[in-house]
Amino acid sequence: MDWTALWLSLRLSTITILLLLPIGITCGRLLAYRDFRGKGFVEAIVALPLVLPPTVVGYYLLVSFGASSPLGQVWQNIFDHSLVFSFEGLLFASIIFNLPFAIQPMQRGFESIPADIRDAAACCGMSPWTVLTKVELPLAWPGILTAMVLSFAHTLGEFGIVLMVGGSIPGETRTIAISIYDRVQAFDNAAAAQMSALLLVLSLVVIALVFTLSRRAGQSYN
Amino acid sequence: MAHFVHYKNNLAVKNVRNLCLSLILMLLVLPTQVQPAQAPIIAAASDLQFALTDIAALFQSQTGQSVKLSFGSSGNFARQIRQGAPFDIYFSADESYVLKLFRDGLTRDPGTLYGTGRVVIFAPHNSTLRVDGSLDGLRRLLTTDQVTRFAIANPEHAPYGRRALELLRHFGLWSEIAQHLVIGENISQAAQFATSTSAQGGIIAYSLALSPKVSTLGSYALIPEKSHSTLRQRMVLLNDAGAVAEQFYAFVQRDDVRAIFRQYGFTLPSSNN
Repeated sequence: MDWTALWLSLRLSTITILLLLPIGITCGRLLAYRDFRGKGFVEAIVALPLVLPPTVVGYYLLVSFGASSPLGQVWQNIFDHSLVFSFEGLLFASIIFNLPFAIQPMQRGFESIPADIRDAAACCGMSPWTVLTKVELPLAWPGILTAMVLSFAHTLGEFGIVLMVGGSIPGETRTIAISIYDRVQAFDNAAAAQMSALLLVLSLVVIALVFTLSRRAGQSYN
Repeated sequence: MAHFVHYKNNLAVKNVRNLCLSLILMLLVLPTQVQPAQAPIIAAASDLQFALTDIAALFQSQTGQSVKLSFGSSGNFARQIRQGAPFDIYFSADESYVLKLFRDGLTRDPGTLYGTGRVVIFAPHNSTLRVDGSLDGLRRLLTTDQVTRFAIANPEHAPYGRRALELLRHFGLWSEIAQHLVIGENISQAAQFATSTSAQGGIIAYSLALSPKVSTLGSYALIPEKSHSTLRQRMVLLNDAGAVAEQFYAFVQRDDVRAIFRQYGFTLPSSNN
């Protein structure tokens, strides 16, 4: 049982969704409320990590912030270690490959708010921030929650991209999914079975919890 | 809407929210504060899966220091090291990778030879393959068209894969068997495939076959060294290696520790270079 790897995975997933929350809300709102030329193209770009094989995403991430890339070199100069093969590198990759999981459900959530409710709030003299926090977020909450859960679960399970961008460095980039892979290769089936069962139960609990909560949140509006 | 505002003002909800926020804050802050001095990270060829794990355990029990082990194909690690992977020591199953890294300034010195590896042909129990060092059993299976899956490591970046290709060519079996090959990313994965009942067998590392976890899964036979280029295995300290890494590097060269390499089928070098 690789507790370090489990802790690493939980940290990665949690920090990812915390960083994705403002990004998702901003982009989800924008795509929900505005109609502009090229909107279809933007939505396609957002959805890209969904359809691309993880190795393609991994390859382009390596090219974008590997040791020979401008971004990678800037990072190396500032922090004295490479961006790939580090937890921060995984975080970058994780935010990018979770964009569709974060943005799309939030966009649906904001789209479901009837326009006249927002108009009414504005007519009441509420500031845009008040409209956001007191009207839009409560109404779009199930969509936001779904987005967070999907991103969390997806990060917990991501394998190919994490392996390519992170290597499998114990304590730094060896997530629990990779640890299971590593244990199988080491002919340690007992550990692999333990960790797989734990992940299965954890994933079920997280998803069940969120579906229950989102049903309650949905019910309170009626 | 008023109903929901009341819900949000509920004290219980506020407490839960505060608890969640503090947990999240802990999650962000804790790792940077609680981390002890980093244990050195060792990149090791997969054929050392069992041998190096034993050695690391011995190191821990004798010095109280621990090391982090990462196993994979030698070629893959060499690539990662060039890309800045934070390893302290690199154990390669093929010394040419180490020597190239030294030539390119990524290591302190040309490293130290720690042994020579051997390959075996392995067949899981109930396989139709009969193992022998001259591959007659394999040849027979091939001519009677009974080979469906045969496992080797990737010849492109795994030293044992390259030797498998060489020896299969040496025995004149390569062209027939190529279409049936299952390629493992490293010699451990190849051993996984070779020991599974879905393959007739494979070419794996002697050091892996000697471990009870593998040897109990089937039978194997040593393949003569003259059928492939030697597997001279070299270890080296990388540029940023710290004190504990240097300690481990010296530890591995002690006579009693080198005996562990011998136990796992490595031929010890007569001199250290």
